[in-house]
Amino acid sequence: MRIGLVCPYSWDVPGGVQEHIRDLAEALIDLGHEVSVISPADDDDALPDYVVPAGRAVAFPYNGSVARLAFGPLSANRVRKWVRDGNFDVLHVHEPAAPSLSLLACWVADGPIVATMHGANPRSRALHVAEPILRSALEKISGRIAVSEAARTTLVEHLGGDAVLIPNGVNVSRFAKAEPLPGWPGEGGAIGFLGRMDEPRKGLSVLLRAFEVIGRQRPGLRLLIAGPGDAEEVTAKVPAELRDRVVLLGQVSEPVKVQVYHSVDVFCAPNTGGESFGVVLAEAMAAGAPIVASDLDAFRRVLRGGRAGELFENGNADDLAAAIGRLLDDPARRAELSAAACAAVRDYDWQTIVRDVVKVYEAVLPTAAAIAL
Amino acid sequence: MSTPALLTTIAVIAVISVYISWRAGRLDRMHARLEAARASLDAALVRRSSVALELASSGLLDPAASLLLADLAHDARSASAGRELAESDLTRALRAVFSQPEVGASLLGREGADELLAELESTAHQVFLARKFYNSAVAATVAARRRWLARVLRLAGGAPMPEFFEIDDTLAPAGMDDQGTDMPHLSG
Repeated sequence: MRIGLVCPYSWDVPGGVQEHIRDLAEALIDLGHEVSVISPADDDDALPDYVVPAGRAVAFPYNGSVARLAFGPLSANRVRKWVRDGNFDVLHVHEPAAPSLSLLACWVADGPIVATMHGANPRSRALHVAEPILRSALEKISGRIAVSEAARTTLVEHLGGDAVLIPNGVNVSRFAKAEPLPGWPGEGGAIGFLGRMDEPRKGLSVLLRAFEVIGRQRPGLRLLIAGPGDAEEVTAKVPAELRDRVVLLGQVSEPVKVQVYHSVDVFCAPNTGGESFGVVLAEAMAAGAPIVASDLDAFRRVLRGGRAGELFENGNADDLAAAIGRLLDDPARRAELSAAACAAVRDYDWQTIVRDVVKVYEAVLPTAAAIAL
Repeated sequence: MSTPALLTTIAVIAVISVYISWRAGRLDRMHARLEAARASLDAALVRRSSVALELASSGLLDPAASLLLADLAHDARSASAGRELAESDLTRALRAVFSQPEVGASLLGREGADELLAELESTAHQVFLARKFYNSAVAATVAARRRWLARVLRLAGGAPMPEFFEIDDTLAPAGMDDQGTDMPHLSG
């Protein structure tokens, strides 16, 4: 099959949607399909050969965080040309309600379009203007996928109709084995966090408050934080006597990220909301890290209601500190959670997921038509 | 106290009171000018976001740009605390769309395009001017209120200290404005 994937956010900036598209593209290529991805990108040279750049993206607030989007006539022309040259059997757009390339692709293309909704956002845009703009482009979509119940609910509220639930995939084999970073986790134990430090919904501040409690109780315990953001801002939130035990790695490369999951005794996902699946959570599971996560609906489901990872009350730093403490004191429980997480994450392995996605493609494929302008 | 001395004292007190009340009146007029400037700045910003909304719903632009403009125009109108950021975001979105060289070709001969673009440019000018005038009124008022007499006698009463309104309001990307003024222009 010739498949065109559309990524709405800048390829160079790490993010859940971009990683999803990369892994999906590679899994589809492994299955023998022809795949082309169009994405905004700042640096055209650093792109994998299946990615076609659509020009630079501009950062704007979108859905409660900042997204790098591409829009306007330049992007529209590039998408139009890509669709025409690609002659795809199926066009698969991601996050089509974001004001970026995916919406443009729906606008310019005819023929079978599959869309995947990633984000879960409450219906906030109280705009009569947005409705018809979205509707006319989105009604061309013939197959819809949601990566989580929350994303599905968002989709139903915004557009009506229903969607197939296909959870996010994780490249399990890529995370399964790695050496811990030198010196980690160390004698006194270590807690890990991965994600944007300055994005409130990732919940780092909840973890920092919990570390204030538990770090004082356990003199050797360290906190390992990886992810982009302002390091000084984070350090300022940590009491002076704990500062040397909070290690900030900043943005890390893919291999180092895998090492981070293997470098800690407890991995923490304190997200406070908005997360529809939690790629980070699935990656930590694939690495077999004992997990403590906030009790968001999506997390609860991925962690099998608490069997594949401890849950704590969303936003409650004391509860988080207590949960971390329990795990640090109980190596047997950690081993049990690790094994359960490794087993549970198989459902989310891309090799499993991609077959479901291909089934959706086949369902929307007409007898022998290709997409034409 | 002798009569001439008393008369002199009364005269001095009278002069001082007149001076103080003149200073207070001047401050009062400055606050009035400030309020008027703020009102026209608000009006200009609201007009600009209306035109942005109109552009968004006109079908002249692609749906992604339309959606973003609609979203940001809505944010700019409903923001109170983050007004400056929201207005700057709207400016950046307008600039991102209209600085693309393809925009001319995509709008060429489309019905209503010229009118809307002219209106957008004119509201952008209004915002630029209104903001400039408002900020100079703020500067003058703040300077007057910082003077010793105004501070000691609290001549400004309970009026809050005015604040500058700082937003990005340049529509053309840097270096593209060759019109010889610092007024914002759509490129091309």
